[in-house]
Amino acid sequence: MRVVFPFSAIVGQADMKQALLLAAVDRTLGGVMVFGDRGSGKTTAVRGLAALLPALPVIAGCRFNCEPDRPSPACEGVCKHGGTGTTPSPVVDMPLGATEDRVVGALDLERALTLGEKAFEPGLLARANRGFLYIDEINLLEDHLVDLLLDVAQSGENVVEREGLSVRHPARFVLVGSGNPEEGELRPQLLDRFGLSVEVRTPDTLADRIMVVKRRDAFDRDPDAFAKAWKSKDVAIRKTVAAAQARLGSVAVPDAVLEMGSRLCMAVGADGLRGELTLLRASRAKAALDGRDTVTEADLRQIAPMALRHRLRRGPLDEQASTVRIERAMDELLAA
Amino acid sequence: MIEGEVSGEAARDLWADAMLAAALLAVDPELGGAVVRAGPGPTRDAWLSGFRALHSADTPWRRMPSGIGDDRLLGGLDLAAALGSGQRVLQRGLLVEADGGVVVAPMAERMAPGTAARLAGALEDGAVRVERDGMAERLPSRFVLVALDEGLDDEVPPEALMERLAFRIALDTVGHRDALPISATPEDLAEARLALARVTPPDDDAIQAICAAADALGVWSLRAPRLALRAASALAALEGRESIDRDDLSNAARLVLSPRATRIPAPPEPEPETAEAQPEPEDADTPDDSQTDGEDGGEDDADQGQGALADIVLEAARSALPDGLQELWGVTGAVSRAAPARSGASGARLPAAKRGRRIGTRPGQPDGTSGLDLVDTLKTAAPWQRLRGKPVGSEGPLRVRRDDFRIRRFEQRSESTVIFVVDASGSAALQRLAETKGAVELLLAEAYVRRTQVALIAFRGEGADLLLPPTRSLARARKQLAELVGGGATPLAAGLEAAAMLAVAERAKGRTPLLVFMTDGRGNIALDGGAFRTRAEQDALNACRRIRAAGLRAALIDISPRPRGEGAKLAEAMGATFAALPYVEAGRVRDVVRALGDT
Repeated sequence: MRVVFPFSAIVGQADMKQALLLAAVDRTLGGVMVFGDRGSGKTTAVRGLAALLPALPVIAGCRFNCEPDRPSPACEGVCKHGGTGTTPSPVVDMPLGATEDRVVGALDLERALTLGEKAFEPGLLARANRGFLYIDEINLLEDHLVDLLLDVAQSGENVVEREGLSVRHPARFVLVGSGNPEEGELRPQLLDRFGLSVEVRTPDTLADRIMVVKRRDAFDRDPDAFAKAWKSKDVAIRKTVAAAQARLGSVAVPDAVLEMGSRLCMAVGADGLRGELTLLRASRAKAALDGRDTVTEADLRQIAPMALRHRLRRGPLDEQASTVRIERAMDELLAA
Repeated sequence: MIEGEVSGEAARDLWADAMLAAALLAVDPELGGAVVRAGPGPTRDAWLSGFRALHSADTPWRRMPSGIGDDRLLGGLDLAAALGSGQRVLQRGLLVEADGGVVVAPMAERMAPGTAARLAGALEDGAVRVERDGMAERLPSRFVLVALDEGLDDEVPPEALMERLAFRIALDTVGHRDALPISATPEDLAEARLALARVTPPDDDAIQAICAAADALGVWSLRAPRLALRAASALAALEGRESIDRDDLSNAARLVLSPRATRIPAPPEPEPETAEAQPEPEDADTPDDSQTDGEDGGEDDADQGQGALADIVLEAARSALPDGLQELWGVTGAVSRAAPARSGASGARLPAAKRGRRIGTRPGQPDGTSGLDLVDTLKTAAPWQRLRGKPVGSEGPLRVRRDDFRIRRFEQRSESTVIFVVDASGSAALQRLAETKGAVELLLAEAYVRRTQVALIAFRGEGADLLLPPTRSLARARKQLAELVGGGATPLAAGLEAAAMLAVAERAKGRTPLLVFMTDGRGNIALDGGAFRTRAEQDALNACRRIRAAGLRAALIDISPRPRGEGAKLAEAMGATFAALPYVEAGRVRDVVRALGDT
């Protein structure tokens, strides 16, 4: 296992870190899209996330990460069941140039050739089940692959009909995409499928910039020692995430906050119900992360930009002031 | 390249820096590589052979063809092995073969963004992850990349790649007589590599000085200061020292940071910067490390000395800057934030001659037009081998039948590029430039949804400018459009010529260009710049005929308040759709363009 830069050692980037943690707490939020400058630590953050996710109970040896008491039809009788075990939550990094057969899974060619068996070889989607799937430079990915991924992410199931195989297996994962808007934007119909959207920038105070370079330098020199030094902080975050997951079900949303959410969505013209739903869920996850049992207006206020900014009806050439628009609307509502 | 060569000492300095960069890359391959800007010629060859001479003879050295496919770049199924023995064997890609060596990428300025992203990923991870053709592997791939930039003017290699390469070497002004070999040998370099491990890491002052210099030069990506610090360590190692000194930092700043500068730092006395509200790196901001960052062990000693070091490093970087901001490399590249991202060929460029996207395979017989897909054919045949009587695990040929044949299907999607040619002159657009912009914006939005590319040419005053090279990026389109100002004479012919040239170039890339002119058709500047109305009109008409002869599809929207027929005449000459829209209504303009795309 390669040593990755610890999540807790990332300087600044509060929005991105928070969005990823919210998605880890409530996996039904619908994924995170991260836009931003090069070299601002997008990939680092996602890879660091793996260390913060609680281990998953699985059927030992299952290639689809199936839950112990709920084997999927694809895995039943196929995977060698060795009782119950745990596995680290998968954070699967999809490399550019991946072919469709490796993404969705395909006929196991070697077994077919040598043994004449028709066996399914699971792909990246199976490996990402119950974890995260990360696609860097999502705007460079072929359209048909992006469509496919979003479709599976939404339905939670991967249906393979190819090469005479007919397989369906669970593929519930949190999709995390990243991209640089300077290199061509994402289609809008695609963008609003993501639950949260955040924008990262290279830190702009000299102090932060120096700290980034320092920590990176320390990490490059001795990754193991660096990771060790930060481990306790990562573990603390992991515990917070696990506690928040447990608490999530009991977090209450007062009617006043619900109403505020609806009014905010109407005020800024966020399309569809999906925005409203995401806003509430993300606010609830935030309250859970903070260790509270009730969602407050402050939660809503803090979450609104990342939950809504990519859903505003706007001319595509409007300056990207969505965040400002949301904040202004929020201020007006609170003042009213 | 005789023209524009610099002479004597300046050339020798440039060359010395170029060879120094080569030596540093040989000492520390983690510096990523270099962009070498030079046309093919003896100077470039001298640098390449000089660089090669610093490596031992068995160092892998690979030249990457510009249109390289994924199976060759990353690796894929070894068909011969699969067919012969039924084994799944990975054929290693070029990046894996180059592990421990050097990859040379010619014509980097035309590299497809996808290829650049793959290279950047390998540079970042030191490995290639192959998830292809039923194989999943992670293979080591540590290489130094030499990107040969042969671009003219504003063609630059993709920024995603440039930013991971420590050095940018401009050799296009160095004559080959100044390109003298250096005396270092692979053995010297091997020694320096050993020394590198002993170099004490940069201390806080050094890190601070480099970061402050990067800020002052407007270098935003944090990879740059990291690379500069690495370069400083390598410089120390090259001289066999164990600690980084002041000169190492200055030289590193000059080599790594200066070529990335997007602004010229204010001279020592504080001076208010330009309009951008950049947080200026002031000494007042000097971080108190121990307060925010205990783990890193910041020690606040001698603030005075720290400031001095930062000044010295910045001064070294500044002295290497060219005189004008326009000549800064960083400005030509697509730079984030503050810098005016002028063109940066990064995003938009598509691989040459698209034959349509492969969308899968279907059963059928291969013929002249559709190729056999070997892998899929193999996969189809594979499960039936036992039934067809091939003994399990045996060597020998696969039993493939006619029904197994799978042929490739391509989606012939000829993508289009809508080229807007906007008359921004005083006669036409002064009062309605805003309306025109509105229409263009709507069309851009539409183009965006349909995944077409857009380009924007504006003509006014003395000529036509390509404000926006073909792109899908709305962010850039928005910026350019906002900056468009009106006024001046009407060099219509120049606008037509520029549009035709761009359209032909786009067609050569396998795209379908659609020209949309928005003008009143009243040109008054001839091609040679003369202000003679008759000649201007003649030139414009000639340009129109050329557009027609080239078979380009076009629409002309007459935007004059009272159309007098000039527009219609031009449209006829170029065989374009004509629409007179005295009130530029965005919706109507869109309809015109849509009709054009559908014909």
